[in-house]
Amino acid sequence: MSKLRHTLNLALFLFATWLLLSGHYTPLMLALGLLSTLLVVVLVTRADLIDQENQPILIKPSVLFYWLWLGREIYRSNIDVAWRILHPALPISPNIITVHAGQKTELGRVTYANSITLIPGTVTMDVDEDTLIVHALTQAAATSLKNGDINRRVCDIEDIF
Amino acid sequence: MMALALDLLSWIFLLAGAAFLLIGAIGVLRFPDFYTRLHAVSVCDTMGAGLVLIGLMLQGGLSLVTVKLLLIFYFMMFTCPTAVHALAQAALQGKLKPVVEDRES
Repeated sequence: MSKLRHTLNLALFLFATWLLLSGHYTPLMLALGLLSTLLVVVLVTRADLIDQENQPILIKPSVLFYWLWLGREIYRSNIDVAWRILHPALPISPNIITVHAGQKTELGRVTYANSITLIPGTVTMDVDEDTLIVHALTQAAATSLKNGDINRRVCDIEDIF
Repeated sequence: MMALALDLLSWIFLLAGAAFLLIGAIGVLRFPDFYTRLHAVSVCDTMGAGLVLIGLMLQGGLSLVTVKLLLIFYFMMFTCPTAVHALAQAALQGKLKPVVEDRES
């Protein structure tokens, strides 16, 4: 039963995407869009790919808030890194640290590692179970990452995945 | 009047984005090794591209163009860190030694 719901979800999402990207709303075009949606759904069903993981609708308010918060962090560290690039003395102190990822699911850890990489000044180099090897541009960036603020926030939104 | 203000705001975003793209490029040239250069690329990916896209969205107004720009922004926020991580991990597995030093103090 839930399989039927997943299939319907997917079809609706695909057609909505088609509507947003197309911009042609004559009957012929709409019919063609519907047809291609159905074709994709049939292909996906035949390939047996319909399950929990490909459900597109998982955007909840807590995730949006996390994105807003992450956006502010990205903005701040961007200003910092840009300042360091333009500074004549190039005040950087590259170093490598390992941090613990407290997320329970794989998707949670991916989100954490991607968030770290997205913020300029820190790049995730390797993921090994629940430890991440991170290259930091400055000691300050490494220290603030060690505080575990991002880790905690990703753990908080993880339960919706 | 409103249109002029919107246009002005849009150009401020576009020029700021261009400035960050330039800064990122300068960073790629100035930073000492591969890993530190990745941080400079991050500036281009997030701030540079982000501000340019916001500026373009203001030009597009409430239209399908803006929806497409939003989608580009959304996908960039997923693909860019993945690509940067792939590069970093490839370098790490290729046994490229990172420069670790303290020039700050």
